[in-house]
Amino acid sequence: MALWFPRLPTDRLQRRKKILKASADSHSEAPPLVVVAKVDNALRLSAVDRKATSLGLAIGQPLANARAMLPALKVVAANEPDDLKLLTRIADWCDRFTPFVALDGPRGLLLDVTGAAHLFGGEQMMLNRIRESLQAQGFAVRGAMAGTAMAARAFARYRDGTVIAPGKEANAIAPLPVEALNLGPVTTHAFRRAGLKTVGQTANRKRPEIAARFGATMVATLDEALGHGGKPISPRLPLPNYGKEQGFAEPIATEEVIRATLKSLATALSKVLEQHGEGARRLDAVFFRADGAVRRIAIEMGTPTREPAIIERLFREKLDTLADPLDPGFGFDLIRLSASRVERAECEVSDLDASINEKADISFLVDRLATRFGSQRIFAFQPNDTHIPEEAWLAVPAQYAQHSKLPWKKIRSAGDAPRRPLRLFARPEPVNLLTAVPDLSHLCWRRAQHVVAQCEGPERIAMEWWRHETPQPIRDYFRVEDSEGRRYWLYRNGVFERDGLVPQWFLHGFFA
Amino acid sequence: MRAEKIAALRASLDKPGVEEPSTRIPLGHSAADLCLKGGLQRGALHEVFALIGHEAAATGFVAGLATRVAASKHLLWIRQDFSALEFGELSATGFLEFGLDPARMLLLCVASAADSLRAANDALSCSALGAIVIEIPGKPKVFDLMASRRLTLACAQKSVTAFLLRLGAPPDASTAETRWLVRAGSSPAQGENWGQPIFKTDLVRNRHGQTGHWIMEWNCDKGLFQNPAANSGAVVSSPSN
Repeated sequence: MALWFPRLPTDRLQRRKKILKASADSHSEAPPLVVVAKVDNALRLSAVDRKATSLGLAIGQPLANARAMLPALKVVAANEPDDLKLLTRIADWCDRFTPFVALDGPRGLLLDVTGAAHLFGGEQMMLNRIRESLQAQGFAVRGAMAGTAMAARAFARYRDGTVIAPGKEANAIAPLPVEALNLGPVTTHAFRRAGLKTVGQTANRKRPEIAARFGATMVATLDEALGHGGKPISPRLPLPNYGKEQGFAEPIATEEVIRATLKSLATALSKVLEQHGEGARRLDAVFFRADGAVRRIAIEMGTPTREPAIIERLFREKLDTLADPLDPGFGFDLIRLSASRVERAECEVSDLDASINEKADISFLVDRLATRFGSQRIFAFQPNDTHIPEEAWLAVPAQYAQHSKLPWKKIRSAGDAPRRPLRLFARPEPVNLLTAVPDLSHLCWRRAQHVVAQCEGPERIAMEWWRHETPQPIRDYFRVEDSEGRRYWLYRNGVFERDGLVPQWFLHGFFA
Repeated sequence: MRAEKIAALRASLDKPGVEEPSTRIPLGHSAADLCLKGGLQRGALHEVFALIGHEAAATGFVAGLATRVAASKHLLWIRQDFSALEFGELSATGFLEFGLDPARMLLLCVASAADSLRAANDALSCSALGAIVIEIPGKPKVFDLMASRRLTLACAQKSVTAFLLRLGAPPDASTAETRWLVRAGSSPAQGENWGQPIFKTDLVRNRHGQTGHWIMEWNCDKGLFQNPAANSGAVVSSPSN
């Protein structure tokens, strides 16, 4: 199915005006509205509203001409990002009919409704319903259905409201002008110069002739328009693997009902997942508001999950902590729960095994905390194969942490004190020492003096020359204890004799 | 029949010494364990205050306590972003060297004290956790007597132990089971032999026993606290208070 919004920019402006002025002052008084954009160094109309069209204005006309024709014209500069945003919102709204929605140019949408039409009483009913709903929202919309996206798009523009059965496209499209193929002005002009004014005339030519004149892609385009083959449309959002939804005749707004709905959807979804032996890693709840707004809320799990209680709990957590809370407005009329990432999950029969239970408990806790604070806030540690102190371990998001193959290796030998500090500064802080070696010196850090009582070192750590283009200075690490027993980990950047620079001292961390 | 059962249950409740031996975990330091009546209470809230400038020592002390309590279970460490900037980020290799398995550690970074309390209350419902460390720098308003009572109750419910690591804050009212003031202790040996971590600990509050102060040495290999090595006694000064 193709939808086309010929007046999207002006519709957007007029809708906003209508919202601002709830008491719509008599519509006839409003001047004709056009949107202009700069094309080839001249301001040309890029959208015209219904009234302006009836007064003879058309897209592509220079603004000066239009002004000359209608001095009372209201002119607004084009705002393509806002138009795109609006189109995306319409696409969100269309998600309620099919998950397969794609943007088609700046003013069109393509919907793959294969297997979805019967849910809305047949193809014609569905098309009418979508068109009527959008028109009620204040959009000028044209729509058509056909076997291929190309054909549907052509019919949407030239035969609004038609449903062409698959296989019948070739006959139906024949009388349409070649512009319906949406080929761009140059090619269209070339077709017209060649005397091919309708799609039918073009289709009657032999394919090699067209290929020789316009290239092989033209043949493919033409075939698609005639209903042969055709590319699949690429959906805007990744398609969910499984989904369950519930519609409401009366929009719902209370929190309890929303939660209960999510719970029943989770139960239904978990049954489907169980049948396939899979568990969800990512779930999306999509809330379709009665006034057309759509809100998507996603949760992620560290392990494949299909337990409805866990899913419900995670969503509750998420809904509680949303920065901008779920606003039901006048209520939601459709709630959908879909699993957008699934993985194989074995049947859980291991209730007796305490260690597996413990693991499940921990991963549930991780999911909960990740849902609340974000998955980039809860970490597990993994060893990293390097001797650079600050890179010797990795903090990986715990939800995605795999079992590491590297072992944790202690640096100290048994019986020794720790050789790496408990707390490490991400940015080593500069310190001042009175002497060249930390022994028998004073240490000045953050404007406070500390008397060095003991010192042990150096431990020389060379930077990895194969990783950096410019060589990094060698670090000489010292363990330093001050008179109060605090233990610092200092290093000197560079070597006196060799590197030709004045070595600097840094505080890298603290031992316990 | 039913009445008998109830009576039997009542009797089992009234029995002295319902406290199982495993609810107290010995630290290893004999004097401290004696004062704590066998060790640190599991499923309770314990507070560790760092003296100003001794934050790393307090971190080490908490890490030691948590290692004792968590044993082979997971440890969740909740820290605020500010605390990493001010006192240094927690280092996994440091914990490994200290004797705490980083593979069993989870680190949660939060922006505010309110968030860390919320996270802690949530995490305390997970009985698979061995211990939780909540690192709170400064003296946030949200952490009041009510918050501490809530934590205490949450701890008791699922028998998960929580440690509050307070950095740069003076002690105030709370419902914690124990409260420790910690500062670093000077290393006993001079020169080459760099000693084990030493803490000057001050148990200023103990809900079920006496208070006291001890110098403890953490044994990184055995994973327990002990008296500092005998030969070093002279070097270590006694606690100032």
